[in-house]
Amino acid sequence: MNTTAQILQKKKNTILETWMQHQLSDATLRDDLMTNDELLKQSEELLGSLLKALSSGNYENIYASEYEQVTDLLGDISIMRARQGFSPRETTLYVLSLKKALCDTLEEEYKDQPEVLYREVMQLNQLLDNLSLVTVETFIKGREEVILRQTDEISEISTPVIRVWDGILALPIIGTLDSARTQVVMENLLQEIVNTGSSIAILDISGVPAVDSLVAQHLIKTVSATRLMGAECIISGIRAEIAQTIVHLGIDLSNIKTKASLASALHLAFGMLNLEVRRNDRNKSTKLFN
Amino acid sequence: MIVMSKDTMQIVREQDVVPFRNRVREFSTKIGMSLVNQTKLITAASELVRNMLKYAGGGKVLLEIISKNTQTGVRLTFTDEGPGIADVQQAMRDGFSTGKSLGLGLPGTKRLVNEFDIKSIVGEGTTVTIIHWKNGR
Repeated sequence: MNTTAQILQKKKNTILETWMQHQLSDATLRDDLMTNDELLKQSEELLGSLLKALSSGNYENIYASEYEQVTDLLGDISIMRARQGFSPRETTLYVLSLKKALCDTLEEEYKDQPEVLYREVMQLNQLLDNLSLVTVETFIKGREEVILRQTDEISEISTPVIRVWDGILALPIIGTLDSARTQVVMENLLQEIVNTGSSIAILDISGVPAVDSLVAQHLIKTVSATRLMGAECIISGIRAEIAQTIVHLGIDLSNIKTKASLASALHLAFGMLNLEVRRNDRNKSTKLFN
Repeated sequence: MIVMSKDTMQIVREQDVVPFRNRVREFSTKIGMSLVNQTKLITAASELVRNMLKYAGGGKVLLEIISKNTQTGVRLTFTDEGPGIADVQQAMRDGFSTGKSLGLGLPGTKRLVNEFDIKSIVGEGTTVTIIHWKNGR
């Protein structure tokens, strides 16, 4: 064990106190997200494991086994903070304020030996910079996990297949149709055709902001696949401006049944299935109860 | 011709298409373009930006609001450093595609907007400029 590590170990309580003071006096302290007691406990644990790691004499390689506990702890702390809604700045400052506390203590100890002080402070600096990098990395990873989960959720909820009538499926498409989305849409639709034995599928594109030739190509592919399964496909929700754009682009949708609204598509589907929706004759129904 | 405001956007991934389209929408709303003309311009922009991604692996787009003889409009300049187009006339024909697409991107775009210009040098890249005026004429 070298002397610096010994000194730091001895002064552990003072360091913790200064560190906590730095943190508590900082303007960015988020006591709304975390109580001071929790912060103290977290800080004490981290400092303890860091000092233990320092006593091995290793100041450079934070990926060595001695530092495993420290990096694990830091990782947990930053992932937790990412989820709690701390900003990256606040999370990094947590480690950087420890640096200040450690350097203050060393300055006190090595007052008469500037050379030693410089060397030790530089070493500590490098070590804590590395540790703060670990914090940032894991913080971003924590955020990314949140984003990935949301992406999955969005793609899952954005392609529902609804059974509107016996034998009629509706599929409202919201957002841009790219290759990946089309794949999901097609899979869901074909699977649902098999499951329900439906013979008509209505693709509603009211929620698609722009229909360019790629989107049209994806739509045509979906319609062809549906037809191969023996079901008929109606595309609804073609707005006036989209109709004009499709014509100018030169996309040929003439062999696909298209309608302006979901209601008229449903009407067409009823007609194809020889179904009729009628207003109830009130006189007749009241008679039944008499 | 006076350029009133401009902005450039880098397009490198498919995810850049949607923010880019929104930016085009913002520009065309700013000059008060009607919904039909907006949709035409956005669709044209979307075609060109997809071409850029597919054949040149990305590039950059210059968005400008321009004014000429009391007309205002949006000018978009798509620049890439891709392989270039060997036969521009052939590429402008309906139904021609070197990829497995409908082959409507370039000719369709030309029909959607008021002014269309394409310059391509094999091995150096392609520049496409489109202008759509506020009233669509």
